Amino acid sequence: MSANIVYAILVTSFATFLSRFLGVVSSQGIKETSKLFRWFNCLAYATLAALIARTIIFPAGVLVDSTYSSRLIVVLLSLLVFFISNKNYIYPTIFSAICMAIINNYI
Amino acid sequence: MINKNFFFKGYKSILTHDSPAIALTCCFIAIGALFKNLGFNIQESIFSTILTYALPGSLVMAESMLIGASLFNIFLAVWFVNARLYPMTVSLFPLMMHRSQPKWKYYFSCHFIAVSAWLIMRSNYKQIPKKYRIDYWIGIGSATVSVSVLGTYIGFSFSDYFNKDMMIGLAILNPVYFLCMMVGASKTIQISLSVALGIILGPVIYLYSPEWSILLAGVIGGTIAYLIGEYSVS
Repeated sequence: MSANIVYAILVTSFATFLSRFLGVVSSQGIKETSKLFRWFNCLAYATLAALIARTIIFPAGVLVDSTYSSRLIVVLLSLLVFFISNKNYIYPTIFSAICMAIINNYI
Repeated sequence: MINKNFFFKGYKSILTHDSPAIALTCCFIAIGALFKNLGFNIQESIFSTILTYALPGSLVMAESMLIGASLFNIFLAVWFVNARLYPMTVSLFPLMMHRSQPKWKYYFSCHFIAVSAWLIMRSNYKQIPKKYRIDYWIGIGSATVSVSVLGTYIGFSFSDYFNKDMMIGLAILNPVYFLCMMVGASKTIQISLSVALGIILGPVIYLYSPEWSILLAGVIGGTIAYLIGEYSVS
């Protein structure tokens, strides 16, 4: 293995584990019925939602090569499939991949 | 030690009809292909998936390596992106803490905190006795990591057969799956508002502060949602 890549992986995993570890340490004094817990619950959902929105609107990786409108159309159509399919998670997910590949190929 | 019944119950949770296994596998197929393009070998790719087990962090590492960033810069960039794991952990682990369980289980299993596993546990924890929730959680985490490793291997091995459109199709799968799960989980006013405000504030704050956008959006949106929820209940 290349030393640089191994160091990068180790640094990445340490940076990732740090937040998780600090979270467990903080969790020890928090009761699940407390207001603090409910506040953290809201923070977690809002943070995740922000991450998802940022990934779709300001993507990183291969999604950069797709257009903003194509991503938006796919997400909206997938949400429609989600509600039509009685909130099934798999149909909209598979639909999104196929729809994105087709739209990106033809538009 | 770990209770086998609850461990395997957790492990099997990814086999349900609405499991994240397919989405997770596809996302890590894209990551595996990306690692190969970056010059990783198969051992390094799988090593990275097991040790990091967080998609945005892996993407940031890959991008940082592409532009030749230093190890310290990679550390800071990944830490900022993955700081979201802190509130996720604090909002999950109090549900699993039990006096009779050894602490090493909690320190070890916090490694499994990631969006898919977190959402599965949040949906199912009420059906599991509190004493055994940590064993169930370790089962979920082991299953999602297994699926991620499988995806990385497939992506790495077959990357030459994927064209650009297929890679883009695989990449959109993850945010769509998570978005559907978040919408599905929005059953109280606090959670619904948190999700809505996060979606709005995340991209808006990104325009002013890309590094801090996710954390700031989470703190501001989550706090507003919490206060409105508490006020409406009282």
